[in-house]
Amino acid sequence: MYKIGQSVKKEVLLLARDWGGLVILFLMPIILVITVTLIQDSSFKSISTKIEIAFVDHDKGKISETIVSNLAKSDAFVLISEREGNLISEEELQNLVFKGKYQMGIVLPENLSTELESKVNQNVEKAISAFGFGAEETTPNAVTTTKEIKLYFDPATHLSFKSGVKNAIDKIVTQIENQSIYNAFQAQFTEEDNASFFDQESLIVFKEILPNLPENQVKPTSVQHNVPAWTLFAMFFIVVPLSINMVKEKNQGTHIRLLTSPVSPIVFLTGKIITYLLICWLQFLVMLAIGKFVFPYFGLLPLVLTNFGWLSLIALFSGLAAIGFGILLGTFAKTQEQSAPFGAVSVIILAALGGIWVPVFAMPDVMQWFAKISPMNWGLEAFYDILLRQGNFWDILPNIILLLLFFIATLSISVIYDKKKRTV
Amino acid sequence: MSKSVIEISNLYKQYQHTNNFVVKDVSLVIPEKEIFGLLGPNGAGKTTLISILCGLLKPTSGNVVIFDKQYNKQQKEIHQQIGVVPQEYALYPTLTARENIIYFASMYGLKGKELHQKVDKALKRLGLLNFADKKIVTFSGGMKRRINLIVGMLHTPKILFLDEPTVGVDVHSKNVIIEFLKELNEKGTTIVYTSHHLTEAENFCTDIAIIDHGEIFAHDTPKNLINATKNASNLEDVFIELTGKQLRDDV
Repeated sequence: MYKIGQSVKKEVLLLARDWGGLVILFLMPIILVITVTLIQDSSFKSISTKIEIAFVDHDKGKISETIVSNLAKSDAFVLISEREGNLISEEELQNLVFKGKYQMGIVLPENLSTELESKVNQNVEKAISAFGFGAEETTPNAVTTTKEIKLYFDPATHLSFKSGVKNAIDKIVTQIENQSIYNAFQAQFTEEDNASFFDQESLIVFKEILPNLPENQVKPTSVQHNVPAWTLFAMFFIVVPLSINMVKEKNQGTHIRLLTSPVSPIVFLTGKIITYLLICWLQFLVMLAIGKFVFPYFGLLPLVLTNFGWLSLIALFSGLAAIGFGILLGTFAKTQEQSAPFGAVSVIILAALGGIWVPVFAMPDVMQWFAKISPMNWGLEAFYDILLRQGNFWDILPNIILLLLFFIATLSISVIYDKKKRTV
Repeated sequence: MSKSVIEISNLYKQYQHTNNFVVKDVSLVIPEKEIFGLLGPNGAGKTTLISILCGLLKPTSGNVVIFDKQYNKQQKEIHQQIGVVPQEYALYPTLTARENIIYFASMYGLKGKELHQKVDKALKRLGLLNFADKKIVTFSGGMKRRINLIVGMLHTPKILFLDEPTVGVDVHSKNVIIEFLKELNEKGTTIVYTSHHLTEAENFCTDIAIIDHGEIFAHDTPKNLINATKNASNLEDVFIELTGKQLRDDV
């Protein structure tokens, strides 16, 4: 124990005197978690910044009224139809959108409402006469051409935004069309204009069901997502200083000195594991503290800690997995030029695969499979089980076992490789 | 005759994916309290042989016995009784001299008051007590070599292996190091040492082996080696006669 204690003391001294390493371990993740959470916050909030949409209305009928009123009711969009007191022309709209002034523009064609109504009436009359009701002679076919609602998008607009807006407008137009059909039938069967012949309320509605914990229900906010994600990222970034530390020992010759001492390599590896596990623990506490106490100063919701004990357990095993990876890299790398960039890039790849930046469900199938083999994903899923899904120990146990196995595997490979290297 | 502390018999070493043996049929006996010099040109196999003797490398075949013990069975016991001073400084640059010495000495089980007294005594003997709490990164080459030596000997090993301990140091530091090693030897430590400084080896060693291409070409006292070589007046003449004048660039 004395020798392990001395090894821990040495590692702590080395780290405490490495300011660059401390910046990587503590300051960088703090900056990352605050920045990314602030950026992503709007997509989680119910009230977000409104997106301006350029709007040209050639219709001036019922459809344009409905689109304007529905989009106005929406918390997400605001329609802009005038600039400097003048109505925007279609040419001007196109120019503004393509230059990125607005993310999108909508142009409603002339007579859209009247032609839709006339087509609906015509079809309803046909249907009624086919069933032997109403007048023998129907209104002659009005010449109706396909009407285009033009949607202009800024070329830099994200695909998911495009598809979301298209669907929203499509839904509005479908609702108007349905309403017109109901009105046309109603006009054929009743004399009174205001009589409610058809129930026009939607039969099918959506209801969002969240995990039910009445007393302590945690909303999935950007804070609840980002704090565990970036805590894991920070923990895994110890791969860089840890592998550099090991490569330095090999190049300085201190490794040789330790190998010729009457101590098993496990003793000084244990010294490293304990020290870096303490660092991981500190990172975890700092990130939780930032989430809980500092985020509100940036206008973000504070982190809701549901079960500190289980979260600590996940942090402990995630830290072990990160340390195992760092030791593996430090054992195989021959120079700092190999270990530093490879360590940093591999952690970024593991983070991307693990769902730190993009949720795993949004990834293509192949990448979702790869996500399952990222230790960061095991840690993240376990954190989400506690922070968002109100899970318990049994829910996080499978991921904890995976993290532990990863640590044992990487450590064993490192020890065996180092021993074998000296026998060849 | 003194009791032998190191017995090497028919030792061979070949690295993986190479055709040549870097150590070839080496057999040596090193008696207790000797100052044994292993001399040879670059790439001759000195460092490989020392690494095998320190238990850092396993031989391809042959046998190494140290204090009647073998590495494959009693590595820990052998390591407790030997000290190693590598060719590199082998120190943590951001730790102080004292922190470095204490850390490595603690790996041999040294602790408490005894450890601190030993550290101060060794630092004082090698003229470094005033620099004990300065970081190694601020030290000159000669100072680092002296700290390197203290780290290797503080646990009072019975055998001290030194791989070029005076390389790159000024005359004053070299003298202090050699005098200190002589003192250790007088107290009973067997010294196994490699060097390119032939004059230093001639004056310092009690026994010398000249190695080239992995083979031991000559093994005797410096005086006998000089006398046995035609027209040789010093160890350098012996060395040139046995290893030739060809350049040996080691890669």
